[in-house]
Amino acid sequence: MSSASLANTASSGTPEYYDDLIKKFVIASAFWGLAGFLAGDLIAWQLAFPVLNMDLEWTTFGRLRPLHTSAVIFAFGGNILLGSSFYVVQRTCRASLFGGNGLGSFIFWGYQLFIVLAATGYLLGITQGKEYAEPEWYVDLWITVVWVAYLIAFGGTIVRRKEPHIYVANWFYLAFIITIAVLHLGNNASVPTVLFGGEMTKSYIVWAGVQDAMTQWWYGHNAVGFFLTAGFLGMMYYFVPKQAERPVYSYRLSVIHFWALTFLYIWAGPHHLHYTALPDWVQTLGMTFSVMLWMPSWGGMINGVMTLSGAWHKLRTDPVLRFMVASVGFYGMSTFEGPLMSIKAVNSLSHYTDWTIGHVHAGALGWNALVSFGVLYFLVPKLWNRERLYSLRLVNTHFWISTIGIVLYISSMWVSGIMQGLMWRTYDQLGFLQYSFIETVEAMHPYYIIRATGGLLFVLGAVLMIYNLWRTARGDLRNEAPIGLDSQAAAAAE
Amino acid sequence: MDLMTITEMARSAWVVWLVLLFLAVLYWAFRPSNKKRFEEDAMIIFRNDNGENGGQAHG
Repeated sequence: MSSASLANTASSGTPEYYDDLIKKFVIASAFWGLAGFLAGDLIAWQLAFPVLNMDLEWTTFGRLRPLHTSAVIFAFGGNILLGSSFYVVQRTCRASLFGGNGLGSFIFWGYQLFIVLAATGYLLGITQGKEYAEPEWYVDLWITVVWVAYLIAFGGTIVRRKEPHIYVANWFYLAFIITIAVLHLGNNASVPTVLFGGEMTKSYIVWAGVQDAMTQWWYGHNAVGFFLTAGFLGMMYYFVPKQAERPVYSYRLSVIHFWALTFLYIWAGPHHLHYTALPDWVQTLGMTFSVMLWMPSWGGMINGVMTLSGAWHKLRTDPVLRFMVASVGFYGMSTFEGPLMSIKAVNSLSHYTDWTIGHVHAGALGWNALVSFGVLYFLVPKLWNRERLYSLRLVNTHFWISTIGIVLYISSMWVSGIMQGLMWRTYDQLGFLQYSFIETVEAMHPYYIIRATGGLLFVLGAVLMIYNLWRTARGDLRNEAPIGLDSQAAAAAE
Repeated sequence: MDLMTITEMARSAWVVWLVLLFLAVLYWAFRPSNKKRFEEDAMIIFRNDNGENGGQAHG
């Protein structure tokens, strides 16, 4: 590839698209994805066999767990969100990236630096102790700078658009960028102790007590709502119609979907604090809004899946499309389960159990990761200017391996979590707790092994994907029979 | 009634404003005369793609 690939200039008046930048995000996403899945599977085995903690402080579950969550959410998910948003915004606005390669490279390398600073901090025990907001104050300040640069690049591209209408995928991406900025600032309003002669790597939040808890889960749940949902829905609204080669089922529904989701999500956070010191009315408010979220979530899911209306046969021959559609299916499943679990009565059983972990992974593996895989498979041949992927059959294998992995993961966690919750609340005739804590841990052991096995399959699938993408980027084409055609040929021969 | 009181009343009724805003969005989205433009907007993704002219650029 020559430097001409830096930007595509077409004679038809189409502006330059900065695609080399997007290649970097694609590579980073695949790299961090594999690292994050490996870390996740390691800690899954640690829960089954604690000896794998290795008796070193740096490799204990407590330090590796935030490493895993940040790697998969912010590094794997973040890179594909940033990269795909730049791909989509340039094309749907018919405009080249605002700030060009300079600003783009700053965002890319700045974001990778954020990941490395955060990850090394966790291993060394530097943490704010706030879930999904673990990085300490200096990392928080750095990511703020990078994020503002991202907003400028993305927003600037929209402002200079030649297409009069802003395509709906960009609305979702923009909501993701702005909301994450607000959440990040609110939840990281912390004072470094170094200002008062304390340690460099420690800070204290200005909020206290239950206000701090509420702020944390206002952040935490909306990180799910706007990072893992709105941003990825932006991907869905561009890449599913593109891969299916037909427009989205209903553009009007996508408008309603966007505003309903944006108005409702922001209130759902209190469902993380049921039966705590949080005032009862706030808990009920959070529960109510969570249940209302059923509507926009399922509206969006139906919009994504029905895009294939009249073209269902494509699922048989196109495993990339299958990744995307299965991801939307998992989105529907986990956004059904979420509101259910936010209902206080259900939450009293599910909270603090493995059920929550299973739910999170139904969304994270089933929705976020599968749609990201689909987008990676879509982008690599386009960006490296290849005729097609190296092997569609390998994509198919990846699809089934990872889907079986997800099913093992979430079903074992349902069983384990509900069992755990029931054991915790079982009393004997005299009113004492029937089970000690360690008995619940022992009962969960087989399910931890099943879960870790499912995770291993998921890692294996990612390895296949990276091999496939690497061969594609090199320009190799595997000589193979097309998928689905063999059965058709057999039918025709009869 | 001074400006302060009016502002505070308006603020306390924010949920009403948001519902009204959402109703306006609904009206905008489902207005029959907007049907055509939304159908055209959905086609934006099939224009200006690099897949085609990107190939030209690399010649």
